[in-house]
Amino acid sequence: MPSAPPAPDEVKASRLLVTLGGGGVVAGMLLVVAFGLTLPTIEANKARELAAAVNEVLKAPARYETLYVVGGALVRKVPDGADPKKIERVYLGYRSDDQRVGFAMVSAEAGFQDFVRIIFGYDPKTRQLLGMKVLESKETPGLGDKIEKDQAFVSQFAGAQAPLIGVKQGKRSSPREVAMITGATISSKAVIRIINNALKRLGPLVDAYPQEGKG
Amino acid sequence: MSGEISPADLHCGAPGAGAGAGARRIVPPREDLVKGFWRENPVLVQLLGLCPTLAVTNSVANSAVMGIATFFVLVGSSLLVSVSRRFIPNEVRIASYILIIATFVSVAEMALQALVPDIYKALGAFVALIVVNCIILGRQEAFAGKNPVGRSVLDAVGMGIGFIIMMLIMGSVREVLGSGTFLGVSLFGPAYEPWVIMVLPPGGFFTLAFVLLAVAWLKRRKALRARAAERHDVAVVERAA
Repeated sequence: MPSAPPAPDEVKASRLLVTLGGGGVVAGMLLVVAFGLTLPTIEANKARELAAAVNEVLKAPARYETLYVVGGALVRKVPDGADPKKIERVYLGYRSDDQRVGFAMVSAEAGFQDFVRIIFGYDPKTRQLLGMKVLESKETPGLGDKIEKDQAFVSQFAGAQAPLIGVKQGKRSSPREVAMITGATISSKAVIRIINNALKRLGPLVDAYPQEGKG
Repeated sequence: MSGEISPADLHCGAPGAGAGAGARRIVPPREDLVKGFWRENPVLVQLLGLCPTLAVTNSVANSAVMGIATFFVLVGSSLLVSVSRRFIPNEVRIASYILIIATFVSVAEMALQALVPDIYKALGAFVALIVVNCIILGRQEAFAGKNPVGRSVLDAVGMGIGFIIMMLIMGSVREVLGSGTFLGVSLFGPAYEPWVIMVLPPGGFFTLAFVLLAVAWLKRRKALRARAAERHDVAVVERAA
């Protein structure tokens, strides 16, 4: 009678679990350490980038202050106990003679690939935009990313009248209209939609903010 | 493990490498290091890691940062995989390698975000995609998982440098032709009309194709010369006889 073939060496399931579980714990600890070490620098970089963007879209104001959206109104101070990082912000720019330049608003919505996050300057008196800058986007390189790289597209937003309407290239005939980029229609539409929705949401708050700035 | 490895280990991923070769030989440490530079260059010879090679080489700075990030992940992963190779059961080795690689990639991602935020932004999703770079997993499976720590680190350093060399070649050609600059410094003045296609995705394919073509031509020329020299030697020996 032929003898049965020897059983292959089997590894216990517990050993597999310990290996992967232990590896996961060590990896998690490494990541926590790396996160803790890099977070202050990353946040400082982001703050610097945001300050530069606010300056750009408000056309280099003499100074600007941060306002917080709390309970359907803009306030200067964060309510006690609230985390300022979790509260939506609007930036109000002033000229050197303390006259208001306009408000800078940050908003994000879905683009073609992922969320597009932009900042734009808005003057509530004239209902005109002062400028637009893309802060974050993963749109297709060479096509969708033109929403931040194509100066002809970006420069249209300065002086555009809200609410915006997207039109085809070469068809722009009024300050309300923005000529979209050929080959990046969805991304262009996303930028226009983000601005219109942000103004629908934040426009009344900005209009209601006291003129003297005693929010 | 002894200092001996099979030719298949030496030539992992290289087309047709190691097939039918049964001889084993002692490999000096220098060989572990330098083989990745040119003879077994991960991009030129093994044709691995082509995704970042094509996608982010539109400027020298992007290429250099991606090369350095990949180098860091490759060397770190090879070190850890080699150290822990006796403890990792065969059944979960790929999962364990991916866990180690993903950890190093996350650390690299955070470091880049802190140190070079502009380039991190330009590289986009490709930093996270280092996890699935075949050069890294390939070296763990073929080399670090079977060899001592010293040799594994040397192998990773060699392969990492080979990858950086290729990234820099691609990035230099594409930036010079596509933007008329090198590291952002204008080379040809305002009169130069940049070949925009070279910084767009097709430019990556064109450049890689021409580099591979040039390398194949060099190799063929070298092989033909060696054959001619061999024939000459045989003829001299026959005449002498």
